[in-house]
Amino acid sequence: MQMDKKEYGELVKETTPKTKEGKTILCAFAIGGLICMIGQAFSDLLKVLLPAFDDKKIGALTGVVMIFLGSLLTGLGVYDKIGYYAGAGSVLPITGFANSVVSPAIEYNKEGIVFGLMAKMFSIAGPVIVSGVCASVVIGVVYYIIGLF
Amino acid sequence: MKKGRQTYILDKKVYIAYTATIAGVDEGKGRLRDFFDYVIDESEFGCKSHEKAEIKLRKHAIEHLLKSSDSKPEDIDAIIGGDLLNQLVPSGFSAREFDIPFCGLYSACATFGQALATGAVLLESGANKVICCTSSHFATAERQYRFPLELGTQPAPTAQWTVTGVGCAMLTSERPKFKCPKITGFTLGKVIDMGLDDPNNMGAAMAPAAYDTITAHLKERGVSADYYDLIVTGDLGKLGRELLCSMLEQECGAIKDKINDCGCMIFKDRQKCGLGGSGAGCSSLVFCSYLYKTMKEGGLKRILLVPTGAMLSKDSSLQGESIPAIAHAVAIEM
Amino acid sequence: MEIFLTYLKVFAVGGLVCSVGQILINKTRMTSARVLVTFLLAGALLEAVGLFRYIEEFGKAGITIPITGFGKSLAAGAIEGAKLGLYQACTGGLAAVAAGLTAAIAFGFIIALISKSKPKST
Repeated sequence: MQMDKKEYGELVKETTPKTKEGKTILCAFAIGGLICMIGQAFSDLLKVLLPAFDDKKIGALTGVVMIFLGSLLTGLGVYDKIGYYAGAGSVLPITGFANSVVSPAIEYNKEGIVFGLMAKMFSIAGPVIVSGVCASVVIGVVYYIIGLF
Repeated sequence: MKKGRQTYILDKKVYIAYTATIAGVDEGKGRLRDFFDYVIDESEFGCKSHEKAEIKLRKHAIEHLLKSSDSKPEDIDAIIGGDLLNQLVPSGFSAREFDIPFCGLYSACATFGQALATGAVLLESGANKVICCTSSHFATAERQYRFPLELGTQPAPTAQWTVTGVGCAMLTSERPKFKCPKITGFTLGKVIDMGLDDPNNMGAAMAPAAYDTITAHLKERGVSADYYDLIVTGDLGKLGRELLCSMLEQECGAIKDKINDCGCMIFKDRQKCGLGGSGAGCSSLVFCSYLYKTMKEGGLKRILLVPTGAMLSKDSSLQGESIPAIAHAVAIEM
Repeated sequence: MEIFLTYLKVFAVGGLVCSVGQILINKTRMTSARVLVTFLLAGALLEAVGLFRYIEEFGKAGITIPITGFGKSLAAGAIEGAKLGLYQACTGGLAAVAAGLTAAIAFGFIIALISKSKPKST
């Protein structure tokens, strides 16, 4: 029997088990929603504790707290277990960003602090920073030019 | 003696006289736990990194093999083997512990087949004893091919679980005092690429290579699939095995009971291992423990061991290459 | 009662954002870095066209805790800076997320220094 690439590709498509769409989406919804609620709770708490801070600073501080939690759970080896079930539910919140910074740092710690930990820290989260900063520069410049007229 | 394009039938008798295995933690909880010589109780095996652990695993397995076969390092003509890491670090670094010539091989997860074939050829040309050894480690493979361990990602539905473990076999030209399996021939596989490019679905990428090698072997040796009690592939997993069966069935009729896969055999169904085990250690661990012992006790007379390998790297996938695959077949008979 | 409703909205919006991400992962087999980049840019774009604040008023942390909030801060900082001059238009984005980025780097460094990767099991 000679099969060409196209036929085989179709056979594979037919046989491959499908992702359990419903289950994964539901898990992502529940855990993602929960993490956001925890964030809201910290934000409300910070507002009470630091009445002098404006909304912008409270928002930034909430981010800091969530990043700390994400880093801590990664260090304790818990975040990857949450991620196994939550999928995007634990990737998208800012805790997931922290996870993608800390996990390569831990993994490559064995190659030393400079060339391992520090050098590899942004091997996964790097694109997020690069794309974000570039986008902000583009937006800023566009707004500046619009503002000229 | 060469037969056909790819197949070699051995003139001398090549005995698989001894085997040694060390399995990882999860493999020790799997179906074959009673067949392993030793199961480690933590994945770092007392080392500072998982790479060092894999080196130590290989060293221990080879030492165990030397001890159980009552041979000295100077009796051994060569250590032949490989693993999955860049520059074959575990193989080469573990070989520095022994005063034995070393030959490092790479066919990804099909390395064990290549090692047995190379060993058999060495014995044909005058060597007395060689050791064939392949290994893999979940954590080292994960770091090299996928993501850091702590990254919270969901495995793809077609993902497989890299086996942690070492299997090594000692081939001898001298007949041992007990009955043991012999290598009677082998077929070197061709690199087959059916254009699949999902690195999370290696079973499907490797099944055509297994199919190609198995049909070539049967045709060139001039036997039907019934000649073998079992045709056992390396690490196709559940999906790859199903694809292989459906391709072979068009050629050889109902064959499903005769085909099994080391990756499907090693873990229990309730273990979260995706579609089964994979890795260079998968076929060697299963063959050197369960299959070898079953053959020795008479449960299986003739098997065709077909370790399968996907020759990809992380960079090749990112550069948009599809996944080439290879399978080597080794005929092992009592 | 009102606080309950607020949290319900946060849960719903946050869950919805993550579900969209999960659908993207399921359909396209995107890796986590790609999903993060996509949503970050989506957040920045929503802020740039002025739609983000309406979602934020409704969903609060539901849209700011996901990485879209990070994108929004970057864009908002840049827009704010653009009012002052070209220099601030370029630096405003990074200045607005300085706290989060510093936290990620500092906590990441300390925690990676003191922890080891834990073995995974089947």
